[in-house]
Amino acid sequence: MAQVFGEFIEDFSDRSEFLVLGFSPSSLPIQTRWKTNGLSADFLGDYVRNFFPGDTSAAQSKQAEVRSAVSFIANELLENAMKYSDKNVGQPINLEVHLFSNRLMFLSKNSLHHDAIADFQTYLQEITTGNIDDIYINQVEKSAANDDAGGSGLGYLTMIMDYKVILGWKFEKTDNNIQVTTMVQLPLS
Amino acid sequence: MEVLGDDYKVWYDQLNQCIYCQGSLRLAGTEEYAPIVKILEYAIEQLPQKITLNLCQLEFLNSSGINVLSKFVIKVRQKETINITVQGSETIPWQGKSIKNLQRLMPALKLEWS
Repeated sequence: MAQVFGEFIEDFSDRSEFLVLGFSPSSLPIQTRWKTNGLSADFLGDYVRNFFPGDTSAAQSKQAEVRSAVSFIANELLENAMKYSDKNVGQPINLEVHLFSNRLMFLSKNSLHHDAIADFQTYLQEITTGNIDDIYINQVEKSAANDDAGGSGLGYLTMIMDYKVILGWKFEKTDNNIQVTTMVQLPLS
Repeated sequence: MEVLGDDYKVWYDQLNQCIYCQGSLRLAGTEEYAPIVKILEYAIEQLPQKITLNLCQLEFLNSSGINVLSKFVIKVRQKETINITVQGSETIPWQGKSIKNLQRLMPALKLEWS
């Protein structure tokens, strides 16, 4: 049975304009593949910006803001997917962006290492129920005290604090692994 | 001191006690950020009275990079003798959203916008 954290909406895609990027499983080292994250994220930013026409200074500033937000969020989602997916499963990484009049919706889908699931879900429980400002401060202070800590854990926190997104995750068991779909709703003010 | 990547450049101008970060920083975690952290820590080790962190041409910073700058600010704060100014650009949208968080880690940090 699927397990959901945060706010996850099912069956919405037929009402939106959307774009899907798929990344085939690859034997290339992660350092080589990492560069494609930035390229893809910037491409998505440019693509979505096109839906916000106008050449007034207000319109241009809106375009720059949307492009930057899309690029940041897409980059974080791709970095996470690449870092935590289980390479042995051979499952592609998918990233979708859906456009609505009042928000953008991002969906990333990837496999997960079995060993990483428990810690990840504990973290999701914390950030979906706790006080984000406190969690942010604690996390950075902890990370400064312990220089060799692994992931920064700041991606989701930055999205929530600075971009006012709503986050949701769905974990599903497939034939040979666990798959996670991450949903990011970015409000368009 | 300087680190030069495909699409970024970070260096410390010792004369003016200013660290410059330019381009797009989206490196993969602690290991890849290590050369940049070295520059930041070198600047702190000099125990200057003031440090300026110039981000005016930093177009993109991923969350690992945000973590690096956040840790840097905490380490400056812990020295208790260094004044820090962070310079940002109003025309780069991520900066308007995220740089203010550095001030929450160190309220005495001065922000300058251009």
